[in-house]
Amino acid sequence: MTQKDPNKALEIHTVDKVFIKRKNKQIKAVDQVQFSVGRGEIFGVLGPNGSGKSTLIRMISTLLVPDHGTIEVFGYDSVKEAMMVRKLINRVSAEASFFKKLSAMENLLFTAGLYGIPKPYARKKLMEIFKRVGLPAKRVHDPLEDFSRGMQQKVAIARAFLTTPALLLLDEPTTGLDPRAKKEVQSLILEIQKENQTTVLLTTHDMVEADQLCERVAIIHDGRISAIGTAQDLKMKASRNGSVCTLEEVFMFFTGSQLVQYEDEMIAEVS
Amino acid sequence: MEKVFQETRAAWAFIERNFNLVKRYWKWELVFFVYTVANSVTMGFIGKGIENFSGVVVDTQYLILYMLLGSILWGYLSILFEVVAETVAWERWEETIEYTFMAPVSRATHLLSVCGFSIFYGLLRSGLILLVVSVFFNLDLQGANILAAGGVLGIASLSFIGLGMIASILPLISPEKGVQVVHIFQALLLMFSGVYYEVEVLPHWMQMVGRISPATYALRGMRAAILEGEGFWSLWMHWTPLLLMGIIMLPMGILIFSWMETFAKRRGLLKRNG
Repeated sequence: MTQKDPNKALEIHTVDKVFIKRKNKQIKAVDQVQFSVGRGEIFGVLGPNGSGKSTLIRMISTLLVPDHGTIEVFGYDSVKEAMMVRKLINRVSAEASFFKKLSAMENLLFTAGLYGIPKPYARKKLMEIFKRVGLPAKRVHDPLEDFSRGMQQKVAIARAFLTTPALLLLDEPTTGLDPRAKKEVQSLILEIQKENQTTVLLTTHDMVEADQLCERVAIIHDGRISAIGTAQDLKMKASRNGSVCTLEEVFMFFTGSQLVQYEDEMIAEVS
Repeated sequence: MEKVFQETRAAWAFIERNFNLVKRYWKWELVFFVYTVANSVTMGFIGKGIENFSGVVVDTQYLILYMLLGSILWGYLSILFEVVAETVAWERWEETIEYTFMAPVSRATHLLSVCGFSIFYGLLRSGLILLVVSVFFNLDLQGANILAAGGVLGIASLSFIGLGMIASILPLISPEKGVQVVHIFQALLLMFSGVYYEVEVLPHWMQMVGRISPATYALRGMRAAILEGEGFWSLWMHWTPLLLMGIIMLPMGILIFSWMETFAKRRGLLKRNG
């Protein structure tokens, strides 16, 4: 029996996930992924589109069952103790995902109810959160469909923080936002994370965002972790001729091999 | 005790959310209400017109009530069935399904609270329809046993909710075609259950199928109470099968839904919005 480490917020042990598509075609979305995240850490998972980032987040969120391996959130198994895990997590994804006809207040009071938060307390807390995310009090009763994309994303962050999660899963939370909204969302995440000592798992393909927010990052490519460490460590590993490289260059270094291989194959085929 | 409070808050959250949605989609509600009223009134007039085109002297009042009861009761049972069966479909459409399914709420609380809403909403809507429809016809309900009819309706609701829960797995496991299959299922129930006719007019094999439909017993029981004025206990042959079906189907619905939820999580079916 493995000993539980009280300093670990998330432990992922050799997790696999295969999706069966039409004509029995199998797609290995996550392949032998293994890493752990410490309490209070902001950990980034970087990877191109379709690399398995969101699948990983969904498995941690108990929305997908791994085919192999285990995921533990503060020592609770994501499959066998899913209800305990659900109490400890919340998630913000690229799509805001609300009942668009309902107001911000109605949507978030619904979330409060699902997490068993008493209504008077939820209302009070929501007004504080709305103030912090910059949502004017006069707009909290407007339908979400009347909100801009950036504003909807801020409400999504408010939803996540309303439940005070111990582990916050951010699945490309700033995708599609304009630079100002992106900046605001990023500082909000940092601010609230520091305040509550929340552990954050952030998936993104925005290298600047990862560099600014994350203490450690893992690079995932074709479902496999190809590198893991602090941004500084990875920059060292990827640097050539002793030159300092950016996280974007690190990303290209660890995820570019397939592209080069594919190009070589295409050239060989043509010639 | 805290667990009970949490689940109660979650149950109320589902009910309140559904009422909020009804409120926000009030124009659609109005459309469906007018549509159902028009349907019911049409059925009533078909009953009234039988004597004219058949040339046979019939109890017109009885026929009008017979058709109206079929229409209104079917409307009520359809609401129950649809609200429960389309719970997943709504969430897919609104793209909130993942957030609801990752919340720390037991699936039984989730489904049963949606059922609670559907009963309340169904009764409210059907009552209003009855009120509007009664303006068009001179309905004589003096001999009707309303209490007995209410009892049968309550018991029928249990089995219909169970059936709805079983049907709700279709949009869960098939994001694209699930809702359409639910509608096919509903249409077949209408055909086999004798909503506008006695099941005896159906071919023998169809009558056999009709026997396993809770709607068959609900309609017979309600009609016997309203049209014949029969008491609740004398209607035991109608409500006993309904009660049995409810006792079996309700927990079975929750259980099958939970199995299928795990299946959907293995296959990655919660993600797609259909």
